[in-house]
Amino acid sequence: MSFLGPKDDTQPWKGRYAPYDLIKELSIAVGVITLLAVLLTVLLSSPDETPSTLGQWSHQLPADFATTAAKELDETSPTAEYGPPYNHNSGSVQHFLFLHPQRWLGVSHPINTADDYVIKPLETVPNDEALRGALAEYKAAPEKQKKGWSEAYAKPLEEYATAVEEKKPPPSTVSVNSSTGTVTVRASGAGPVPTMMRSLLALAQSGGLDGSLLTSKNFFQTDYTKPLLLMSDGGLLAERAEEQHLLGKQWGLMNETGSFPGQPWLWLYSLWYQVEPMKTSPNADIQVLLIMGVLSLAFICIPFIPIVNRLPRWIPIYKLIWREHYRSLPQPPVPS
Amino acid sequence: MSSVGPPPATARSKSWTVKVREGGVAALPPEKLLPDGQPTYVASWIYVFGVASIASLIVIIGSGSILALKGPAWWHDTGVGHFFNSIHLWSVELFFFAMVVHLWGKYWMAAWRGGRGRVWVTGAVTFLVAIPAALTGYVSQQNFDAQWIATQAKDAMNSVGAGAFFNLTNFGQMYSYHVLLLPVAVVLLVGAHVLLVRRHGVVPPFELEKKLPAAASAGAETDGPPPSSTGATS
Repeated sequence: MSFLGPKDDTQPWKGRYAPYDLIKELSIAVGVITLLAVLLTVLLSSPDETPSTLGQWSHQLPADFATTAAKELDETSPTAEYGPPYNHNSGSVQHFLFLHPQRWLGVSHPINTADDYVIKPLETVPNDEALRGALAEYKAAPEKQKKGWSEAYAKPLEEYATAVEEKKPPPSTVSVNSSTGTVTVRASGAGPVPTMMRSLLALAQSGGLDGSLLTSKNFFQTDYTKPLLLMSDGGLLAERAEEQHLLGKQWGLMNETGSFPGQPWLWLYSLWYQVEPMKTSPNADIQVLLIMGVLSLAFICIPFIPIVNRLPRWIPIYKLIWREHYRSLPQPPVPS
Repeated sequence: MSSVGPPPATARSKSWTVKVREGGVAALPPEKLLPDGQPTYVASWIYVFGVASIASLIVIIGSGSILALKGPAWWHDTGVGHFFNSIHLWSVELFFFAMVVHLWGKYWMAAWRGGRGRVWVTGAVTFLVAIPAALTGYVSQQNFDAQWIATQAKDAMNSVGAGAFFNLTNFGQMYSYHVLLLPVAVVLLVGAHVLLVRRHGVVPPFELEKKLPAAASAGAETDGPPPSSTGATS
């Protein structure tokens, strides 16, 4: 340590000792902490907000679901454009200078939004000749044609979403029946897409899409990546999160639902997202994590960082901590 | 071929077991490992927060073990399960609170002095490892909070490439991290931290060398350290 900071001349203690019972102290501490935890539990309990499902989302916000599904088919949703680890696009790929770790680690959880969120789930729907015909027509069409159909269907829905967001009258091309939860899109040139989307909405409202997205080669399933990403492309999670003050601009990662403390130890991490340039940077996450990485390393290395390791000597908080000890030391004789 | 009595000295000197035992006892003799005396300067409320951190960790592991025994969905369906989930949550909050106060206290004592650098390092790393241990708990809750945190925090993990092997939206993976891998890491780190504290003793106050002689001589003449505690510092 001598080459990094001042000479450490701390000597082993040669003074007095007081009786101490380590096991007793730990036992009492466990008892007190248990009592405190029980007291807080009895007084405050803990939050448990019911999770959202695709079925719930498609019932509550059918137009939002249809808009999102159209983007998944069109491959213009946030997930479709994300990039690694889900696909090879670049919509959410971040980097810092020459560091491209997201790109380097590649696609580890492949998601093809058109196939995984629309085509494959619809193929599981039985006894629907119209849907079967629509699917066959869609799959047989060239890519350019598919794109044209999807865009033609998505455009009125996007106009509807914009109008709702801006609190303007919605366009006449989209009508939503909130009592039946159906969405009718009058889109010319959309080919088989309206039939597919009608069936997808019905499948989601029946709860079938939730199950379909969790189906894998294995019977047991614990990976919720696909349904969670689909839901986060829509508006339901964000709507609920805003009500629960969980958005990023609300320092969301620190918070819990309700008024419960969440992870307040993440305050410094959350802070960086509130300041420029991270606040508006498309590479905010990697910037914040790199800052926190450097600060964490510095935190570990505090004993070896000049000045930082001298601050406790210069700012005499230690006199408060050890006041009893200093008080017990013999005072220098007062000159007579 | 077996023989009666202890093995010859040459065989013992090559034994890994003997080396570990003798090294362990030399570094931490029983009176150092479980002392019955502490230096008199260990007399402040700030010292409570170290043991409070360990006590909170014990309550976390206890309540978490009960939740693990009954499975991840239990606490949503029963009052008893919710009670233990609440205990788990609040003990985590107390753990971090105690740990933060403990760390600040140790910083202002410059508790790394006197060859105690590793004590600080293990404590700081414990704090940093406890953060993902808690995060994986939050995303394993199977409620709306877990959905939201997982979908938001995934971008940070993905941005540094960690999403490839640490997928916050994969409940099974996060649950494994939360109930096994990260708690084991925290417990091992806390164990190493405590053993290092026991080996080196609690850091003495500043300016010890200037004011000690009178106190030390006075102590030697009056109270004196308990015979079994003289090795509590190194």
